[in-house]
Amino acid sequence: MLDAYAETGRDMRASAETTENQDAREDHVAEFINVSKRFGAVLAADQLNLGIRRGEFLSFLGPSGCGKTTALRMLAGFEEPSEGCVRINGSDMSAVPSYRRPVNMVFQHYALFPHMSVAQNVSYGLRQRRPRMAKAEIATRVAKALETVRLEDFGGRRVWELSGGQQQRVALARAIINEPTVLLLDEPMAALDAKLRADMQRELLDLQRSLGITFVLVTHDQEEALSMSDRICIMGGGRIAQVGTPQDLYDRPCNRYVADFVGKANILSGEIVERADGCARVVLPSGAEVLVSEEGPDTRRKIEIVVRPEALGIGVAASPGDAALKARITHRTFLGDHTEYLLEAEGIGPVQVNLPRQAERASGRHEVGDEVHILWAAEAGRVLAAEN
Amino acid sequence: MRLYAVAVYGFLYLPISIIALFSFSAGRNASSMQGFSTEWYARALNNPFVMEALWTSLKVAFFSAILATLAGTMAALALTGMKGRLRAIFDVLVQIAVMIPGIVIGIATLIALVTLFDLVNPWIESLTGWRLSLGLGSLIGLHGMFTMSLVVLLVRGRLESFDRAQIEASNDLGASPLGTFMQVTFPQIAPAILAGFLLAFTFSFDDFIMAFFVAGSETTLPIYIFSSIRRGVTPEINAIGTMVMVASLTLLIVAQILLRPGHSRGKG
Repeated sequence: MLDAYAETGRDMRASAETTENQDAREDHVAEFINVSKRFGAVLAADQLNLGIRRGEFLSFLGPSGCGKTTALRMLAGFEEPSEGCVRINGSDMSAVPSYRRPVNMVFQHYALFPHMSVAQNVSYGLRQRRPRMAKAEIATRVAKALETVRLEDFGGRRVWELSGGQQQRVALARAIINEPTVLLLDEPMAALDAKLRADMQRELLDLQRSLGITFVLVTHDQEEALSMSDRICIMGGGRIAQVGTPQDLYDRPCNRYVADFVGKANILSGEIVERADGCARVVLPSGAEVLVSEEGPDTRRKIEIVVRPEALGIGVAASPGDAALKARITHRTFLGDHTEYLLEAEGIGPVQVNLPRQAERASGRHEVGDEVHILWAAEAGRVLAAEN
Repeated sequence: MRLYAVAVYGFLYLPISIIALFSFSAGRNASSMQGFSTEWYARALNNPFVMEALWTSLKVAFFSAILATLAGTMAALALTGMKGRLRAIFDVLVQIAVMIPGIVIGIATLIALVTLFDLVNPWIESLTGWRLSLGLGSLIGLHGMFTMSLVVLLVRGRLESFDRAQIEASNDLGASPLGTFMQVTFPQIAPAILAGFLLAFTFSFDDFIMAFFVAGSETTLPIYIFSSIRRGVTPEINAIGTMVMVASLTLLIVAQILLRPGHSRGKG
């Protein structure tokens, strides 16, 4: 078991390195090169290799304790890598303290200075510059930064008089006024309520596009990462599990961990019996045969398949062309635009199927307890890299 | 219950108010009121011995409070970066320092200093011709060491409600560690530091017990009052006592105002 785990680790690293080599020609604004970080006996970051492209919106996504915040803090200079190095604009940051790095951070709880006004908070970074920047110049830039975050009239306010969303904007203005090479965002939306969060996400995206600054976001919220990022770096146990565009990760998760973390996923075990043209015929434990996308070696072997709930359908009878699995409906949850069905498939176990409103209207509504068929269109599923 | 409270507070504060009242007596008796006058205040302020003792007390209080504030603030700052067992040991030591009776500290310090002086004086004398002895130095040192724990407790309390992420934010925005301290940390803990200074000052100014042991040939105001009581109490003592009390209360009230939660917010 342990050996198998170590094996997977090496695989992951190998794949991460390949990505790195492919990206070598690209313009990287920041890079992690074999970066590990130990806190005592805990390995918080394990051999990270990642290039962050200039101007992109990259998210570190993962559950708490996966190493995403550690990675961000190493970029900011709050933590030193135990091994490897972090580069920004091509130069090694090992000996560069946080106050000399061309990056700025928006903190999770904003970390505004309560003894300063909004304008004083925003101008703080400019006031640290040597030689000193002219007062008039600072005032102009503060006004512009406040305008960017739509807080024009708030310069004289105390930060503790502001609402959470307004404080968030001050934190943002305080960071972007310095025109950083990379803007780091540490779960900036975590403390906002859902409505405000959605607004703020949209504003952040607009801001990123208009400023052209590279944004690196840390989040545990997969929807946030999916909706905002150009690329997502999924982390688990201190390692990079997969890096890719949101669609890549959703459609082609490289392992069970990623499949589970990004979107909802049914993960079924099976055995490849035959393959052709990037497709494999897989026998499920129930004996049913399904066609799934696959690009692995041509061998008969046990595998796992990921299939998204919305890729499946429900029918009263098996329809020709589709593989069908007999199942009984155990739960039905109406969610407005779609309905979630939880089914117990014969010989397989629980399977989730999401039916959009239209499909449900066409096929008729199914009730809990109904004996139905799960309809599986060819290539709806995808084979995961074997994990054990 | 209310009667009980009245009795307790009466027992505590009646003698003090009577002293304040009698200090305005026109007669020569310290324990009765005979007419009204401020004569005894004038006498006290014109008494060269009183003024000399007051001057000594002020010097000791000021310099020991400076010492306590500097060392105590630095200790409190260092403690926030400390975790685990070592931190617990320091916390306990600081608390114990406040709780040990003054008389124990006084005797212990006296013995320690005398032993130390006996040990090093031959060397120092042969090198410089001077001798270490009890006096202003030992008073300032002892009061400074003792009141340092008060400052540590106050400043540490303020630091605990201080969001440490602000320090990272300041570094992130380009301020060096020193710049961060001057612009972010210090302005926010300044009220607690000032309150610590005032408490340390008041404590030193009022202390009799510890000072009595290590004062050597110096006479602080409390020591002067104690020795003049042995020669007989006059309303002059009442007047001095009242003035000391008013000064101390003023400082304590200012310290309390500074320590009110959220005080650092108001100013910028």
